[in-house]
Amino acid sequence: MIASDVLVAQNVGFAIIAALMIFGALRVVTTNNVVHAALWLVVVLAGAAAQYILLAAEFVAVTQVMVYIGAVMVLFLFGTMLTRARIGAEKDLNNKNWYIGLPVAGLLLVTILIALKDGFGDEKMPADADLFTVAQVSDLIFGPYLLPFWALSFLLLAAVIGAIVLARRD
Amino acid sequence: MSVVAAETAEVVLSSGWFLENAFIIPIIPAVAFALIIFFGKRMPMKGSEFGIASMVGALVMSVGAGYQWIQRVNGAPEEAYIEPIIRTWTWWQNGGIPLGIGQHIDGLSIVILIVVAFISTLVQIYSTEYLHGDRRYTHFFASLTLFSAGMLNMVVAENMIQLILGWELMGLCSFMLIGHWWEDGANSRAALKAFFTTRTGDIGLLVGTSVLYFAANDWTQKTLGVSGFSIRGLSAWALSGEPSSTAITVGAVALFIAAIGKSGQFPLHTWLPDAMAGPTPVSSLLHSSTMVVAGVFLVARIFPVFYEGMNIYGSNVNFIIVIGAITIVIAAALAFVQTDIKKVLAYSTVSQLGYMMMGLGAGAWLPAVFHIFTHAFFKACLFLAAGSISHSASHHSFDMKKDMGGLRKFMPITFGTWIVSTLALAGVFPFSGFFSKDEIIDNVGYAGYTIFMWVGLLGAFMTAAYMTRATYLTFFGAPRGAAAGEHHDEHDAHGHDAHDDHDAHATHDAHAAHDAHGHDAHASHGPRESGPLITIPLIILATLAMGSGLLNAVPFGSEWENFKKWIEPRGQVVSVTGIDHSAGSHGESRVIQPEARVTAGYESDCGKKTPTDGVCYAPQLKHAKFKWSKAALSLAIVAAGIIISWFVSVQLYTRRNKVLVGLTQRNKLLGAGYAFLVNKYYLDVLYEKIIVRSIAYPISRGAYWINQNILDGIVNGAGTGSKTIAGWVYRNIDQRVVDGAVNKSGDAAQGAGSIVRPVQSGKVNQYGALLFGAAAIGALVLVIINT
Amino acid sequence: MFVNQFLMLAAILFCIGVYGVIVRKNAVLVLMSIELILNSVNINLIAFSLRNGSADGHTFALYVIAVAAAEVGVGLAMVLLMYRNRRSVGLDELSGMKG
Repeated sequence: MIASDVLVAQNVGFAIIAALMIFGALRVVTTNNVVHAALWLVVVLAGAAAQYILLAAEFVAVTQVMVYIGAVMVLFLFGTMLTRARIGAEKDLNNKNWYIGLPVAGLLLVTILIALKDGFGDEKMPADADLFTVAQVSDLIFGPYLLPFWALSFLLLAAVIGAIVLARRD
Repeated sequence: MSVVAAETAEVVLSSGWFLENAFIIPIIPAVAFALIIFFGKRMPMKGSEFGIASMVGALVMSVGAGYQWIQRVNGAPEEAYIEPIIRTWTWWQNGGIPLGIGQHIDGLSIVILIVVAFISTLVQIYSTEYLHGDRRYTHFFASLTLFSAGMLNMVVAENMIQLILGWELMGLCSFMLIGHWWEDGANSRAALKAFFTTRTGDIGLLVGTSVLYFAANDWTQKTLGVSGFSIRGLSAWALSGEPSSTAITVGAVALFIAAIGKSGQFPLHTWLPDAMAGPTPVSSLLHSSTMVVAGVFLVARIFPVFYEGMNIYGSNVNFIIVIGAITIVIAAALAFVQTDIKKVLAYSTVSQLGYMMMGLGAGAWLPAVFHIFTHAFFKACLFLAAGSISHSASHHSFDMKKDMGGLRKFMPITFGTWIVSTLALAGVFPFSGFFSKDEIIDNVGYAGYTIFMWVGLLGAFMTAAYMTRATYLTFFGAPRGAAAGEHHDEHDAHGHDAHDDHDAHATHDAHAAHDAHGHDAHASHGPRESGPLITIPLIILATLAMGSGLLNAVPFGSEWENFKKWIEPRGQVVSVTGIDHSAGSHGESRVIQPEARVTAGYESDCGKKTPTDGVCYAPQLKHAKFKWSKAALSLAIVAAGIIISWFVSVQLYTRRNKVLVGLTQRNKLLGAGYAFLVNKYYLDVLYEKIIVRSIAYPISRGAYWINQNILDGIVNGAGTGSKTIAGWVYRNIDQRVVDGAVNKSGDAAQGAGSIVRPVQSGKVNQYGALLFGAAAIGALVLVIINT
Repeated sequence: MFVNQFLMLAAILFCIGVYGVIVRKNAVLVLMSIELILNSVNINLIAFSLRNGSADGHTFALYVIAVAAAEVGVGLAMVLLMYRNRRSVGLDELSGMKG
């Protein structure tokens, strides 16, 4: 059993990280600087990795850090630099669609929150759950979910070839 | 336990190698397909030898399996449940759900296997001559072989997933085969149309399979230890009294929509006549005996689901029988106005498929399946005869009015086989169509669907009449156009087969590659009989068209009802544990059943009541008693159809009777009817102009069409009528009110259209907004419903 | 810890991502917004995994990460191509899909 003070610490940790993530996400979609947006995205992704650890998913958290923060972010920064000579604030990053975006996102949010409140109320996470081991995950990947794994390998191959074909200069 | 044992009889069912290994049948053509693709072009016969050899192999195995199946049935007592030969392997699994692949061999699959393998063999032989020198000869055989593999796989399928695999393979191959000469825009359009229309129905297949899986899986796992995809599990589940009526009805309706698409039932029949753009052997194979039969097969295969879902026998009307009856009549009516001989046959196919569906919908399972069997032979023969005519006599044209006539003197073999098949199609005694079609009509009436019996008789009349018209135009009267030896520009001709094939010949003529076939000079002389590679398949098919009805000749007494004995699943309550596979040699199974149930004349309650001491795999079916008085009525109707149509044809096409010629131009009502038929009930217009376009131009297009075709028509009609009645109605109401309303509504529609049109802006962000907005609204609806 | 706190966090991130997809003009920023959406899905998967006591969610979270990496690779290649052809990554100017 996990002691109750750990639970308090968990909840406080969750709140701080969640607040950071939401703020970061808002900055990603509002900032006027592409590089800043990428850096704010790093905050959100790192926060997500921290949440995974809270949720007893260490392997996923490590993967998140390596793949997302390590690889994907570098790709983003490269993409930004290759397509924009100037790094700095810009005016026309947004189109004039905020009057569509706000209601759609707001409606979606309200709907989901209502559904969540209805569905899960104040159900609690199991407090004494064991950590999931990498062995368990790998058993699943190479056991019952082998077929999606194959499909995914194929997708990655296609993506590699596709990216090369698209980006190369002939 | 001992009490039960005392009353039971042990039934030992024999088996054999062919039955046990029937799963190999679809593998043979699949392997041949790979061989053709990789090595075909290097072979002396350009790959066709692989195709023909594989089909012969499949045919031999099917016939062997059929022989052993008959032995299995004959060795068992009458009315005993005949266990199908089921084998399953795990194909793949995902998230703990294993998906099987295997075989489910019973009487139905045996029949279809033999028919498919047989027709495919003949069609491939025929194609070697018909497509000789075609530029994509090897690919043609590859597609044809893969197509057969798909159909055979669907027929042996053990579960719904395997069935879908075969079903989709057929869809893909039909697309490739119909669009074989894709250089001609009409052909590729027809291929796309066939593909998209059947895909529309296929959504139903996926939905239906999923619904049934989730509804049935728990029960089938618990009771039979098979998954909810298993055909056998679904059949037993449907009759167990377990399923909720909503789940099974939704599942059955969704699956029937798939059958509508594939089998060309109203309102998705429009692709089938267009698919005649493909080479004639393709029409013969796909559109007479295999692909279009897939939908009927689906319904017959998991008949218990439809039996319960549609409440067959239990109500006066159901979805299947209504669709079948509508299809019979509307397709037969369309066959009257066609000038293209293949389109007459295509509509005739649609109409005959309507009979099969109507039969299934009325619970006449056996006559419907028997009709698949007989129809395959005579319709394949008719298509191949049409191909023979275009190949050798009418200069690659299929236009009966322009390029045919009087051909009976030039092509005696083609003429003879055509007549035999036409009589079989019309249902004339003693040709095969009589025994199957008449049984359908008879059983529909017997099961209490009296109105639909009359629809069936009306259809029989129309069938006889339009086939007489086609026969007269093709083989009698004076030769016209190409049949008279004239050479005209091929682009005028209706047959899309025409010019590409001809080009191919022309290139080969330059090489003088096949003088022996006598193709090279065909423009210079008139019509003649086709070569033996074409006529021999015709003669074989015509023989079967004549004789195959005797397999289930109900009029001659019950000892002639072999088809019923061998094929029909027996509606018996079977104890779940009562089948012992471990005993005996490989594949022998012992079925333990109560003594009373294996004696003749026992009627079980399957399909009527919930079985208490076991499961049912098939409902107890009803069979009409044959009466010559009823047969005489339908024969008289057929005779009337032939005689009336013959008389009208002679008057109209040869004597040029002044009363009849141009009647549709003079009489407005008839003219309107004729235009309605020529335009195929405007269904194509509905689909292409309204439904498809409305996706691109949401409202304005549709409103424009309604404005042009309906509102204007109403206005014009009202205008003319009112003129004759009173002038003031015209001036006041028509001019001011109706026209004003029309103009206003037209403006309003255009306005609405221009409001909605910006939705298709091409901007990614806006598409994203639409996507998420729609998802949000959908989610909101679900939340509101659930709270 | 409540189940809902994670699910609600995911919902908020998801909607912020949706907002970004709709209002951003720069293609790179749209891709970033899509990353936000994918991450919120992952949080959901992991949260349910803990709640149900099975590792299935982890498996799929890993799959989602892999798919996201592939998506970013191809997406950025497309952006590069777009930039090379038009000297701009504004999505507004791309309206070839106009119906």
